[in-house]
Amino acid sequence: MSNGNLPEQIVFRIRRFSPGRDKEPVWKEYRVAYEAGMTVLDGLWRIKESIDPTLAWRASCRMGVCGSCGMLINGSAMLGCNTQISELASSVVSVAPLPNFPIVRDLVPDLQLLFDDHAALSPYIIRADSAEQENPTGEYYQTSKEMETYLQFTYCIKCACCMAACPTCATDALYSGPMALTQAHRYNTDTRDDGFEVRKQVLAGEAGPWRCHFAGECSRVCPKGVDPAKAIQFMKRQLVADALGLRKKRPLAPLLKKPEGIQRRPGIAEAPEPTVG
Amino acid sequence: MVKDRGHPNRLGIWGWFGGGSWGPDRYLYSLHRVTGLGLLLYFLLHIVVTSSRALGQGAWEESMARVSGPVFMLGEYLVFVAFAFHAINGVRLLFAELGYGIGKPIEPIYPYRTCLDDQRPWALGALVLIAALIVVGALDFFVWH
Ligand code: FES
Repeated sequence: MSNGNLPEQIVFRIRRFSPGRDKEPVWKEYRVAYEAGMTVLDGLWRIKESIDPTLAWRASCRMGVCGSCGMLINGSAMLGCNTQISELASSVVSVAPLPNFPIVRDLVPDLQLLFDDHAALSPYIIRADSAEQENPTGEYYQTSKEMETYLQFTYCIKCACCMAACPTCATDALYSGPMALTQAHRYNTDTRDDGFEVRKQVLAGEAGPWRCHFAGECSRVCPKGVDPAKAIQFMKRQLVADALGLRKKRPLAPLLKKPEGIQRRPGIAEAPEPTVG
Repeated sequence: MVKDRGHPNRLGIWGWFGGGSWGPDRYLYSLHRVTGLGLLLYFLLHIVVTSSRALGQGAWEESMARVSGPVFMLGEYLVFVAFAFHAINGVRLLFAELGYGIGKPIEPIYPYRTCLDDQRPWALGALVLIAALIVVGALDFFVWH
């Protein structure tokens, strides 16, 4: 077997909890044959299929896209599907549910807190022209340079690894946490959006970015390179500038009108049906 | 904010020291909090001790005598160490929180670069400055004094 320095068997130490049966979570050990390329998620499947069918976790895409499989693997918040056992360089793999969220069962955290904090920060485009948003007649015009100011923060998959790693989230239930704050900043920075004043109602209070003291763990564990710590510090700058009356008022992205009086050259196929307008 | 459902699993104070990726910035964060709390405790004790002056010269001299000696000297030095860390790291944080020294939004291409990489020289610089202050403080407290 070509498994580098890893032994033929991997010991999975899994923190189990079954509501109704257990008062406290308990660690259980399972031995699984190692195969090259095996991920932590593969190991969990192997256990479920051949050792203990009652083991519960959450996963879907198994390719680091859906954000379902965040777990505490060997003490660090990671995606189970994105973590090869070989990269852990250990024959013992401990797996626990993401901390800072209540445990529903075994490795399944209740992420309702995350989604509530996210929703409270209005993570969508807010503009006064609501009629245009309800029945769009075109697209808002934005330059690629403008898009680059927030693009990095759009890659978030809501896996909650950042919230599990954040030391402020560990002690403060009121703090919105890196995920929700990054998404609020993503919209505050978007030139199509005019919702800063709405989000400020939450951001200026206890739930806002002020409890972040730049531990940076969110950025270290983020499996998509979203860098929430960066977004949160930029958000603080925006809020301070706003409080001092120094926040630059940027022009709102205008509606891109369809060009008029242009004839399609012969031989060029029709564009597909527009998705808006 | 909904009420917690399921078995509680918040890390609490332990989360200051581990549970993420165990990066160095986490420990600067924890130390910043611990030194802040230490300075606050010292400040409260300082008010209690110095307020004895209001009770007259005798009470003042008595309380001064009570807080002298090598143990209190060491304690005062630790307060100075906490001050040196909290002040200099605090200035670093102030700039970082205003968006300086953390880079710009980038295209996340693996291996991901984060604002912590941009902040590293500043954090190291702050640590060197703190170490220098702690050494000078030690000389002042224990050698030149
Ligand atoms: S299963 Fe979708 S991110 Fe891991």
